Amino acid sequence: MSASVLAVITSVITLVFIIDLLRRGVLKEKYAVLWLSVAGIALVLSLFPSLLEWITATLGFEVPANLLFFGTIVVLVLVAVQLSYELSSHEAKIRRLAEEVALQQQEIKRLHDRFDRGQQ
Amino acid sequence: MIAIPAWNESGSVAKVVAEVQAAVPNATVIVVDDGSMDNTGARASEAGATTLTLPFNVGVGGAMRTAFLYAQRQGFDAVVQVDADGQHNPQEINSLLEGLSEADIVVGSRFHPGSTYKVRGPRRWAMDLLSWNLSRMAKTRISDTTSGFRSAGPRAISLFAVTYPAEYLGDTVGSLSIAIKDGLAITERPVTMFYRRIGRPSKSALWSTLYLGRALLALSVQRLKRNPHTSREVMA
Repeated sequence: MSASVLAVITSVITLVFIIDLLRRGVLKEKYAVLWLSVAGIALVLSLFPSLLEWITATLGFEVPANLLFFGTIVVLVLVAVQLSYELSSHEAKIRRLAEEVALQQQEIKRLHDRFDRGQQ
Repeated sequence: MIAIPAWNESGSVAKVVAEVQAAVPNATVIVVDDGSMDNTGARASEAGATTLTLPFNVGVGGAMRTAFLYAQRQGFDAVVQVDADGQHNPQEINSLLEGLSEADIVVGSRFHPGSTYKVRGPRRWAMDLLSWNLSRMAKTRISDTTSGFRSAGPRAISLFAVTYPAEYLGDTVGSLSIAIKDGLAITERPVTMFYRRIGRPSKSALWSTLYLGRALLALSVQRLKRNPHTSREVMA
């Protein structure tokens, strides 16, 4: 019993934490949705352990814990892939910005030099 | 336009700029200072080059895309890439430019009869493999795929201003692969390398083997990629 109480408390804390991050504008919606769903599912499963046992039996897992581990690993791998994707896209954008900065800087220098010549 | 990507080359960049200007007096010389920690950019400007200064190091590929963007916006119709370490002979720039009458990209090849440029071991296998693969893709012989001494015509400029890979070997092998996929014609001209004046090339066995692996990886990734005009990187 105490283990399932712990599970409920943990899922609630996670939910509150994610909602707080979202409220303070620290976490973007597209990432929050994922973690809210994970925390939500965890909460439902810890409130109704029989549901977990039913899914375990239906999917053919031996032990409910195995299903949990499997689900957790799948979610974490997907998150890692998504983060790599976002990182690649940001690297490409930052690189593009760096190139643009170099070109703008040269343009400013050119206009500056021309202005200085005009002043004399 | 002559594009010289330079990263921490304050010792040689001024000399290279001066030699290039002497060899092709009508050309505009652009030095792309790729986030150097030394005064490469200042030395290049003093020598009379127009300097594009990247805020941090983005690699040769990023430096070259900056140069191609500049060329496109300024309306240049030919870009010759020359290394800042002085290993390329500025006298051969004209030969690379003349080659543009028959192709979109002219690669200065270090492998040709009479060349003293020798490579051995895993590095050589990698270069042969890359050459064989890209030659087959291009349906024309490209003997030296990793040469950083090359010229680009108008079609190549507009392609490379949009997409020029920044990954390892992307600036050489990757860009050729993209160009071939986009239907650009590639040819080559013999060039002679000067020995590096400053800095030393890495030649340990471990490094060479690593080079082979990375070359293979770079090529397979490039071959997997879709046509550059439909790839997402363009939108970035």
